[in-house]
Amino acid sequence: MPVVRLEQVAVRLGPARILDGLDLQLAAGEAIGLVGPNGSGKTTLLRLLATLQPPDAGTGQVLGAALGSHETLRVRPHITLVGHAPALHPQLSLEENLRLVARLADVPSGRVHTSLKAVGLVAARERPARHCSQGMLRRTDLARTLITQPALLLLDEAHASLDAASAGLIELLVAEVTARRGAAVVVSHQPERLAGVVDRLVALEAGRLVGGEVPR
Amino acid sequence: MSLADTVPATAPHRAPFGRQVAELVRRDLVVEARAREALLVTFPFGAAALLVVPLAVGTDLALLRQLGPGLYWTVLLLFGALVALRHSAEEAPAERDLLALLGVDPEARFVSRVASSTVLLGAFQLLLAPVAIVLYDPALTGWWWWVATVPLVAVGVGLVGTLATGLTRNLGERTSLASLLVVVLALPLLLAATQILESARFGVRPWAWLGLLMLVDLVLSIAGLLSARTLEEAPA
Repeated sequence: MPVVRLEQVAVRLGPARILDGLDLQLAAGEAIGLVGPNGSGKTTLLRLLATLQPPDAGTGQVLGAALGSHETLRVRPHITLVGHAPALHPQLSLEENLRLVARLADVPSGRVHTSLKAVGLVAARERPARHCSQGMLRRTDLARTLITQPALLLLDEAHASLDAASAGLIELLVAEVTARRGAAVVVSHQPERLAGVVDRLVALEAGRLVGGEVPR
Repeated sequence: MSLADTVPATAPHRAPFGRQVAELVRRDLVVEARAREALLVTFPFGAAALLVVPLAVGTDLALLRQLGPGLYWTVLLLFGALVALRHSAEEAPAERDLLALLGVDPEARFVSRVASSTVLLGAFQLLLAPVAIVLYDPALTGWWWWVATVPLVAVGVGLVGTLATGLTRNLGERTSLASLLVVVLALPLLLAATQILESARFGVRPWAWLGLLMLVDLVLSIAGLLSARTLEEAPA
């Protein structure tokens, strides 16, 4: 059974049709890169796959749950979305933010330290999020992935705010998810950086998927 | 280094309802303790508002005693609304998405916000009480009715603020609309709380007004719990 299956899915936001007649299939262990100009619907597609945005037309399943149905509530804890805005409370430290995630996800708290170590933020763990750089916030958000260990990983503007040294994290995270037979969708404005990270690239233009290729 | 080597692979779960509430309340109170938005900013203004009337009335103690209970609750509800609508308890869209994907129940988010607001509003009432006693010299007969009223008003204003926040979250004029909603929804609370102290002052047992306060809290609780999922899942 594929992790994601979309058939003729459309999403409207107000009068605008953001996604239109979209077909997509994502197998277990597969990672795809998603590229496209601003406003092409990439973020909306990620929110649809995260079950946070119901489709207006078409059918789709994510981790076996029909989109727009109550089944999606069951699979949500298996999905991690790292959006372009950090999902961190500015008054809490980086560690407190991750600890809250671990407690709400009911996973061992030891995973917090391990994930901070993996993203190189152990020394800065007590710093409030409001005093951190965008790159540090981004890495903390990515560390969340190691705590929740999702079956479907969705990364929006994956390389934003990451320097060359930290960008390797994306490759490691995607590899970790696909190694567990999960799947990943990675949005990036720098498709050349997805080489070796994803299995294929798909492009969105005006809400429609237009072909795909294997990145070099 | 492979990340799979450092982090054990187990299926994600989600915390039970009670722990979800406890964790979110703890987060809200830690954030408030650091931001100091609700009490340290609101309390001085509430105390100053209580001071204005004695300055205008002068030393007419009989009049001040009569006005005291009503003014105490009016100031409390108006400034309490600021506590309930405090900016520091708001979640950014990305945080809301995160909580939804962690499987946190919308009802748990509603209950936790009401609970943290209730704690802060209770503290706000306790801080304002000595100020009101000093300035208005009220008769303290039947003070235990006030003790019974404090938690009910705190819960009520917390419920009203949480509902107003949810109803206006995605609206452009959120700040003014939420405040207006709070004032309207809190009117029965103001009426009942004032009448409880008035009745107690004259030796009348205010069971009916206490009952009204409990009924308002109950209705608001049911409305909040029933609408929590709809309000939380509303697209931005």
